Amino acid sequence: MRCLLRKPKVEVEIGMIEVKKLVKRFGLKTVLRGVDFQVAPGEFVVLLGPNGAGKTTFLRILASLSRPSLGHVSVAGFSLPAQSASVRQRLGVVSHMPLLYADLTAEENLQFYGRLYNISAINERITAVLDLIGLAHRRRDMVRTFSRGMQQRLAIGRAVLHDPDVMLFDEPYTGLDQDASEMLDDVLKNVAAAGRTVVMTSHDLARAEELGTRFDILSRGVISASSTRAELGSGNLLTFYKQALAG
Amino acid sequence: MKEIAQTTRPAGNYMRAVMAVTWKDLAAELRSRELLSSMLVFSLLVILIFYFTLELDVKARNGITAGALWVTFSFAGTLGLNRSMAVEKDRGCLDGLLLAPVDRSAIYFGKAISNLAFMLIVEAIVLPVYSIMYNVNLLNLGLIMVTLLGSIGYSAVGTLLAAMSVQTRTRDVLLPILLFPLVIPVLVAAVKASSGFLLALDISEIIPWLNILIVYDLIFIAVSFMVFDFVVEE
Repeated sequence: MRCLLRKPKVEVEIGMIEVKKLVKRFGLKTVLRGVDFQVAPGEFVVLLGPNGAGKTTFLRILASLSRPSLGHVSVAGFSLPAQSASVRQRLGVVSHMPLLYADLTAEENLQFYGRLYNISAINERITAVLDLIGLAHRRRDMVRTFSRGMQQRLAIGRAVLHDPDVMLFDEPYTGLDQDASEMLDDVLKNVAAAGRTVVMTSHDLARAEELGTRFDILSRGVISASSTRAELGSGNLLTFYKQALAG
Repeated sequence: MKEIAQTTRPAGNYMRAVMAVTWKDLAAELRSRELLSSMLVFSLLVILIFYFTLELDVKARNGITAGALWVTFSFAGTLGLNRSMAVEKDRGCLDGLLLAPVDRSAIYFGKAISNLAFMLIVEAIVLPVYSIMYNVNLLNLGLIMVTLLGSIGYSAVGTLLAAMSVQTRTRDVLLPILLFPLVIPVLVAAVKASSGFLLALDISEIIPWLNILIVYDLIFIAVSFMVFDFVVEE
């Protein structure tokens, strides 16, 4: 697998992601209660937290799929929801759902998304992306014949197709076996090594520790703790996580 | 290690996005044939049920043809609309569409055009079958025009409501409940205009119904264009 070296397309001086006092309500239920969150260009932030903490809701707001009830959100220098199309141009999203069409081939899926993102020289770009995710040999196979791991790798290929500056991963390891997870590790490292800003939610602390440069704990609707890998040292993420939830 | 240059052009190619969504739906359906086959089988069954339950003479047949046709088209259309949006929702593909840096109304138009294409394909098969079974000549340019106008209105409203109902647990039940009251003007106008052409009425008696169809189509296309973004966003 090759690493795609790249530079961010936008020069953002403060944070690639800026969130201030974010509140999200669904009817009477308040899921996010004033989240403050900043990510510098090139950072790999892993967002940890128990089930129902609001991690997916938070990522959906960053991805412009959900509107904030209150607060300020900007991604790559563009405000949400006002400049959502500009944000989406610079954003790649991978969730536990592949967002792929089972009755189209890998190539057709990427061609379709390439057209939506208005990518020129699409065939060359598809070839490069399929090389990156190790699926060049399955280019013309229908997605319904892919294993869960292969679908997740193709989902990452779809997300990096337009060369985004910011990538959001929502539980990307859900449903993957050991081999597929290890392969996904390699793809994620390649994506991060290309200089992209990454925010990933996960329950897998071992993988989070291996991949992330910063760890934030989302609990009871706020970021309750944050630490960089350098501050934590090796093997201390579990203790940090438990202390953050207990506090 | 390999460097890949920036490959995106300025976004905003609206028509390209519309055609991409339509192409994707047609290509996927060409492979699976799930949607078209279910719509078609359902339509033929409805015609058969009418055939066996209503033993009609020639005059009565001409009288009920327009109604029977539009009942068939509307039920089959609902089936197609539900399935078309369910495909997007079940694998999270709707999020994939909404993440694209295009005006979301382009997604609406892409889906509406493909839904219209599926309806027209089914209608193109149902009309000759109905003609043969009931011994009624349906090869009538006026009827074909009414079928086109009615299907446009049905797809325009149906695609918008399917995008709403697919987000709920009761989507299969909710879509017809929301859709049928809203498409009553289309169905009434389409049945009246179709009857007019089949009974060879004077064009002056048919034109008001055609006008209703055209106005309905324009209004609901405009409304859908304006509200689709709010309908699909949480």
